Amino acid sequence: MIEAHIRKVFAGSSGSAPFELNIHVKSDAEITVLFGPSGAGKSLSLDCIAGFVRPDEGRILVDDRLLFDADSGVSLPARERGCGCVFQSESLFPHMNLFENLWFATGRFPRRERPGKVREMLERFHLDELGLRRPHELSGGQRQRGAIARAILSQPSLLLLDEPTRGLDAALRQEFYSLLKEARSAFGIPVVMVTHDVEEALELGVGMHVLVGGRIAQSGTPKEILDAPATAAVARLMGCYNVLQAEVLGLDPATNRSRLRISAGDETRFEIIGPYLPGLMLGAKVQLAVREDEIEFGTAPEGGVKLQLRAVVPLVRGARIELEGGIRVSVPAPPDRDQLRSPVVRFRPQSLRVVKS
Amino acid sequence: MGIDWFPLWLSLRVASLSTLIALLGGLWAAWLLSRKDFRGREFVDAAVTLPLVLPPTVLGYYLLVLLGRAGPIGRLYESIFGEPLVFTWKAAVVAALFHSSPLLIKSARAALESVDPYYEKAARSLGASEWSVFWQISLPLAWNQVLAATALAFARSLGDFGITIMLAGNIPGRTQTVSVAIYDAVEGGRGDVARILVLVISIVALTFLYLANRMARNQFGRAV
Repeated sequence: MIEAHIRKVFAGSSGSAPFELNIHVKSDAEITVLFGPSGAGKSLSLDCIAGFVRPDEGRILVDDRLLFDADSGVSLPARERGCGCVFQSESLFPHMNLFENLWFATGRFPRRERPGKVREMLERFHLDELGLRRPHELSGGQRQRGAIARAILSQPSLLLLDEPTRGLDAALRQEFYSLLKEARSAFGIPVVMVTHDVEEALELGVGMHVLVGGRIAQSGTPKEILDAPATAAVARLMGCYNVLQAEVLGLDPATNRSRLRISAGDETRFEIIGPYLPGLMLGAKVQLAVREDEIEFGTAPEGGVKLQLRAVVPLVRGARIELEGGIRVSVPAPPDRDQLRSPVVRFRPQSLRVVKS
Repeated sequence: MGIDWFPLWLSLRVASLSTLIALLGGLWAAWLLSRKDFRGREFVDAAVTLPLVLPPTVLGYYLLVLLGRAGPIGRLYESIFGEPLVFTWKAAVVAALFHSSPLLIKSARAALESVDPYYEKAARSLGASEWSVFWQISLPLAWNQVLAATALAFARSLGDFGITIMLAGNIPGRTQTVSVAIYDAVEGGRGDVARILVLVISIVALTFLYLANRMARNQFGRAV
């Protein structure tokens, strides 16, 4: 289990605002994902856990072992933290062959056992024929397998992965996901992984923390966060939500419904029926998140809103339709001409989620 | 035409020794400047760079004041070794050292800074000490550029004139380096001697610069 409370402030340089990382992460998940946009503080969090950056305040514990505690002045150096790190797709040492790379991680074993340990690990990761090759003579997938094998060989109590699939194509990413899951279950080492790729977070994450602007915006399982984003920023990061501004025009507890005026973009205004919104007054302004694939699309859905078509983007499955006001709708099959000539959308009340700003 | 080859051999010996000392001290200084965030780092960097921009005579004057028989370091040296430092071939080594080491430190610092920090982080996370990270990761990855910087420093040591003549003088057969000998030959109207020495020293310097360029190329097939 990892528990990390980290606060680190960087003074802004030449007029830019200071950046403050202030997070509290507690997870006993097999694979914990730190997810967020660039500049949110994900990699910095990992650097603090690994011992590359010293936090200003906080405490870091891995399996009840204290790695850092600002109050008592404990700060183990990176080499004593037992955190195996894998960075992007280029973390094997380029001046060593694969065997030497793995050998570098065998410092904790008696010298006579090291060759056997390296060979065993090369075999387990299907790299036994490639030991004499330098990293630039290996494929991206082989390099990543080598990097994971090397990290595990150092007997870490925690694996830290910083965007490990950056630069890999879709097929290699899938290969890496399988490899990571296999390695995790075979060696039983918990993993903390940083990514800004939502598909990757959903694919691998058992626990997930969403970082926005140096703070944890939401924690939970990936599915919980995907189904119910807590804030507009989290909803936008999920990549499949429309975030709409709404004004409450009417509330009817008898039918459990509300009447809402939606503002999308600069000029698009329309009224829809929404869920009953307890605790809100008439005239209150709220933000609503609605998934692209939960908006009904057609020529005449009952109670629908007619919107102008902006673009149609073909997807692997179906298409994404972009409408006025920046509203996006995902449909499972490419729309026909009639649907595109006069597009109408309908928002189901239960698909509208109120999110914080 | 009899050519005295002593200045050439002395220059090669002086340049070799000063480059070796510059490499050992310069690597340490380069590592300190590139990796350690300490108070006064920018001042140390400026002080290290100063010999590159000061006129050699100014630098020679400073060194003469410090290392001369009346200077604090000169007196200390004489009390330990029983002979003065100035106007000996060792003074020529000091002169070449101050002439070339700023170049080596600057280039070695740039080389160490060009090493991707991810490699050093990965090494630390695998249990390596700072010593091990430097010798097994940082230096090998920067080695070609450090070697190129060393070759440049050697070539620059060969060519020093101003500091050498102020600190070591122009004593034929004892402290006369090749650049001083060329000056002496031109002043003495021995154009043929000057031409041959100029040609030889140019070939040696060109060879080292060519090697420096070759070595600066990356050996790993990709940027580090």
